[in-house]
Amino acid sequence: MELKLPIYLDNNATTPMDPRVLETMLPYFTDNFGNAASRNHPFGWAAEEAVDYAREQVANLIGADPKEIIFTSGATEADNLGIKGIFEMYASKGNHIITCTTEHKAVLDTCKHLEKLGAQVTYLEVLPDGMIDLAALENAITDNTILIAIMYGNNEIGVVQPVKEISAIARKHNVLFFTDGTQAVGKIPVDVIADGIDLMAFTAHKMYGPKGIGALYVRRKNPRVKVTAQMDGGGHERSMRSGTLNVPGIVGFGKAAEICKNEMAAEAARLSILRDKLENALLQLEESYLNGHKENRLPHTTNISFKYVEGEGLLMGFNKNIALSSGSACTSASLEPSYVLKALGLGDDLAHSSLRFGLGRFTTEDQVDYTIKAISDTVNKLREMSPLWEMFKEGIDLNSIEWAHH
Amino acid sequence: MAYSEKVIDHYSNPKNVGTLDKSKNNVGTGLVGAPECGDVMRLQIEVNEEGVISDAKFKTFGCGSAIASSSLATEWLKGKSIDEAIAIDNMDIVEELNLPPVKIHCSVLAEDAIKAAINDYRVKNGLPALEEAKH
Repeated sequence: MELKLPIYLDNNATTPMDPRVLETMLPYFTDNFGNAASRNHPFGWAAEEAVDYAREQVANLIGADPKEIIFTSGATEADNLGIKGIFEMYASKGNHIITCTTEHKAVLDTCKHLEKLGAQVTYLEVLPDGMIDLAALENAITDNTILIAIMYGNNEIGVVQPVKEISAIARKHNVLFFTDGTQAVGKIPVDVIADGIDLMAFTAHKMYGPKGIGALYVRRKNPRVKVTAQMDGGGHERSMRSGTLNVPGIVGFGKAAEICKNEMAAEAARLSILRDKLENALLQLEESYLNGHKENRLPHTTNISFKYVEGEGLLMGFNKNIALSSGSACTSASLEPSYVLKALGLGDDLAHSSLRFGLGRFTTEDQVDYTIKAISDTVNKLREMSPLWEMFKEGIDLNSIEWAHH
Repeated sequence: MAYSEKVIDHYSNPKNVGTLDKSKNNVGTGLVGAPECGDVMRLQIEVNEEGVISDAKFKTFGCGSAIASSSLATEWLKGKSIDEAIAIDNMDIVEELNLPPVKIHCSVLAEDAIKAAINDYRVKNGLPALEEAKH
């Protein structure tokens, strides 16, 4: 079969919807269009029933009780609701939040916002492999600490944090534990009970569901956790998140969750083989480096730096045919390399030269083979025209050169 | 970001990639930019006895626009006298390649590289360096 281009390898940004999910959703746009809060007629009943069922499917995926699922517009809103909601609800207990420098902006910027409102926030540095330093985490806890917010799996490097150990520390000090599970849920087994999670944000569109629907898990027992609503109105979602429920989105989220639960083990095994094939081939290139912990990570993600070539120039070599993201957000004049890679201690040269690969349910081995060749060819070609590569080959230490900074 | 066709063409088929012998007296080398800024350009000119640039080569570490800017610069340099080469302005490059505002710095870098190469040539041949590049 002929390979169809372009190839999509940016599944950490978003995933395509599984056709089975779409099929399940469709009737809820037309025939079953009711408002789930309409208690007095069959249209409302049908919508409510569908929402109840989907809530169970979503809860099942993470080992939660359906009552613990608060539907939101996505993970960003769930991050905001979880962190701001705890800060407000537990204001009398303290104002200190611990997070880390490799979190998603939805967590970091929420914490920055809370700092303006009087929160004290500790941004933990991570180890060079992207892992949390558990001793540093425990040391950061004070009498005022109310929340630890550490992500489950990282969106750029795929590193999976030691969630069980983190939650044990949180529990020991009577601090709540929030985790951004956006990249992990649906990809690897996440169990809120076994993992000791008190709050967790996640979203449908990273697990082959629709955009515009996500959830915040809020623990109801041992301990009972409450968040202050950030959206006021009709008191939906146990008064934690008002707003008419996105019924088709929720139905799709439920179906996506069910498929993930059933197929996760096989899918993760298949994708990790493909990911390893891709990674091993690309690491064969001279001066290419893996970013992040090699073992503790999501099965479908890898992040590799190709020294002496620049990320944006590298992408240009194949981005008509392969959808990938560069670690460096070079679209602005500021040319800031990825803050996540910088947090790992990477120099600007490596942080500027990285690619993030996110494989997914629909990735094939042919696509991986094509990608290996296209990227290897581009790296080699760009190195042939890179003055830095030439200097490296001549044994010149690039740090010995006085560069003209702009 | 959408690149102009000319940028894509220079990126895909760069002109004059390579290295001239920098130990030669009639070769001027300019190395500008910095790795941590994501752009480094090395541009070289070879000047013949009539004072005309007979050859130009570049190597660039950077985005497509940086590669295209330096490739274009080498094309323009060949056959020009030093005085004509000095007159190349970064905005000429911006116009020719249709660079968007966020990529103007690539053209600035190319102009700086031209001036640096000329200066290197001048100094090697006992001439005073040009006044500081305007950027």
